[in-house]
Amino acid sequence: MTDATQSGPMLAADGTPLKKSLARSLRRRKLRALALVAPLLLFVMLSFVIPIVSMLLRSVENSIVAETLPLTVVELKNWDAEGGELPDEALYAAFTKDMVAAVEAKTHTRLGTRLNYEQTGMSSMFRKSGRKIKRLDPESDAPFKEKLIEIHDGWGDVETWRTIKTHAVPITNGYFLNAVDMRRTPEGAQAQPEDKQILIKLFGRTLFMSLIITGSCILLAYPVSYLLATLPMRVSNLLMILVLLPFWTSLLVRTSAWKVMLQQQGVINETLVWLGLVADDARLVIINNQFGTIIAMTHILLPFMILPMYSVMQTIPPSYTRAAKSMGATNWTTFWRIYFPQSIPGIGAGSILVFILAIGYYITPEIVGGTKGVFISNRIAYHISSSLNWGLAAALGTILLAVVLLLYWCYDKIVGIDNVKLG
Amino acid sequence: MSNDAAFVEFQRVQKSYDGEVLVVKDLNLSMPKGEFLTMLGPSGSGKTTCLMMLAGFETATHGEIMLDGKPINNIPPHKRGIGMVFQNYALFPHMTVAENLSFPLEVRKMGKEQREEKVKRALDMVQMGAFGSRRPAQLSGGQQQRIALARALVFEPELVLMDEPLGALDKQLREHMQFEITRLAHELGITTVYVTHDQTEALTMSDRVAVFDDGRIQQLAPPDLLYEEPENSFVAQFIGENNTLEGVVKSIDGDSCVVVLDDGSEIDAKPVNVHNAGDRTKVSIRPERVEFNKDRLHADAHTLKATVKEFIYMGDVFRFRLSVAGNDDFIIKTRNAPDAVRLRPGEEVEIGWLAHDCRALDA
Repeated sequence: MTDATQSGPMLAADGTPLKKSLARSLRRRKLRALALVAPLLLFVMLSFVIPIVSMLLRSVENSIVAETLPLTVVELKNWDAEGGELPDEALYAAFTKDMVAAVEAKTHTRLGTRLNYEQTGMSSMFRKSGRKIKRLDPESDAPFKEKLIEIHDGWGDVETWRTIKTHAVPITNGYFLNAVDMRRTPEGAQAQPEDKQILIKLFGRTLFMSLIITGSCILLAYPVSYLLATLPMRVSNLLMILVLLPFWTSLLVRTSAWKVMLQQQGVINETLVWLGLVADDARLVIINNQFGTIIAMTHILLPFMILPMYSVMQTIPPSYTRAAKSMGATNWTTFWRIYFPQSIPGIGAGSILVFILAIGYYITPEIVGGTKGVFISNRIAYHISSSLNWGLAAALGTILLAVVLLLYWCYDKIVGIDNVKLG
Repeated sequence: MSNDAAFVEFQRVQKSYDGEVLVVKDLNLSMPKGEFLTMLGPSGSGKTTCLMMLAGFETATHGEIMLDGKPINNIPPHKRGIGMVFQNYALFPHMTVAENLSFPLEVRKMGKEQREEKVKRALDMVQMGAFGSRRPAQLSGGQQQRIALARALVFEPELVLMDEPLGALDKQLREHMQFEITRLAHELGITTVYVTHDQTEALTMSDRVAVFDDGRIQQLAPPDLLYEEPENSFVAQFIGENNTLEGVVKSIDGDSCVVVLDDGSEIDAKPVNVHNAGDRTKVSIRPERVEFNKDRLHADAHTLKATVKEFIYMGDVFRFRLSVAGNDDFIIKTRNAPDAVRLRPGEEVEIGWLAHDCRALDA
């Protein structure tokens, strides 16, 4: 009866609003749950989220030019890069002042390295000029224009100043343009010269080979999973151990084993030659190319396909196939119309897993891929550890992440993530 | 057992899964066209195995199964043309109800119009005409059951097998579906083999019931005979409520015998499968056939002293638990009639029965 007369929110027995009262009683439980996850949350934040975010930020972060050459950057704003004329004395003076400070702080070589990504020769120009510029006094030695050109004729080249001006912005799309075989120029984004266009091709190859690997995993895993799901528990558990065996072996060992198997003096070639199927001087080239990568990675990723497939197939009751057969369906019709549609979530889950793992795979292509069988991740690793162009590496990584998320989203739209069962 | 009218026939069928234990031992069974036969038995008694052999999902280790006079041991399941209803219905979850029903017709290469007509008729038959476009998951258990039934019948098989189809339903729905299934089976004149472990289901639905235990048919009889004239103590125990007393046959005189119970008291019984004086026996008597009103018994009938242990009020009947000849679980039932006597716990009564209601069976 009181409910009918009451117009406000529901009240608890002591008169406080019910919602508030409920929240208070739940707060303790929430705090406890938070306390339980806090250590892991902290660990993941520190060791995973923060490094990844900071790495991804490097793909656009470009403060080095503005920080090393602050006065020059201000002067460059007044210079018309399109005019084809060299900048005036004021800019050279500002630049000298900046450089003297930079040489003092030893940051000029880093700037040289950064600009070298955009225009080769910049690195050595900064290093060589640095020593001589140090001797100039920014107060008394004016004018600087001729002196600088004398130190290195690169300072008399309009291109040099155009490059510095183009990359003086603190947030740049330059790395992303590089990652898709383009470059940032004063005239806007432009395609890289033909001989430098390799990354798009590499992205395409990575996607294509990952698809092939996923496809061959599906073909190999489907019958095995079916067998595992239909055999009696005792036998299937034993076979499952065999499937899982590779997990207990080091990835490096497995990949090296493929190297032993596939190389020209390897097990397969020797056997074929011994059998007389292949001439000794025409041994098959099945490693250090795409074929080698596909074989080795299919083998390594196969369990990731089998496990989700198996767990889905296990849940398909045998009464479905029996029902279909009792209704007059042949074995093939039963499989194709009844069993297969119900196993699709397993194929989907396995494919997503394998594809995402494959697209970012690094070690195996590195070892068995040669030059033609490497993935985009190998290029990322190269930029991280050899060329030290972390910005480009971060841009490539970001694109890879975006591609994966996009595919994931497409899959969710088409198949539905809810249908995916991993175990 | 074989005769020309037999539609389904098991001839000396044996089945073993592991080569050591026989799950079905020497099964002989013959059923005419149109019969509703139930295979009843505890789990592991071999009844489902028999059904699966008939459907073709298991092969007989020995013996012959005949369908309409032809041996079917080597015919694959999809060519047998037998409709089947499964325990969990086995409705295909990725198809709508109509697609489920249409499936057996499609694999028979039936034209689209004909299919639609038959599907519609089958759905109407189970009063589910409005549900054709639903998915099985959107239906209740009872509705799924109806669809499973319609799907097994839609291609007009002459033989339909049902494997505990009502096991997952609640009591009320189960009773309703029992009625529906028997009605349909009789209306359509289909031969039905029904497997269940629920004896009420078996008794109410079937023309004949085959009671399975330990891989053998213990008794094959119409429900009333099965209940009233069990041929051995397993059947007596398994079907309905039953009181058992153990003893030794003292004398046999044609249609009646005297049994000395283990505590020394004597009772009258009908010898069923005891043959000689001195045989050990288990006598079986139904709770509703026990009489404690001495006037209704023969003057010379043997009676037993009993102590009332418990009175249980069940509405339509009274149920008493007595202690008789060392058996503390002796049950008697009386109808809740206006003149019914309510015995009180602790009361001493004398009970007896007509000799032919008490069956002396194997020990």
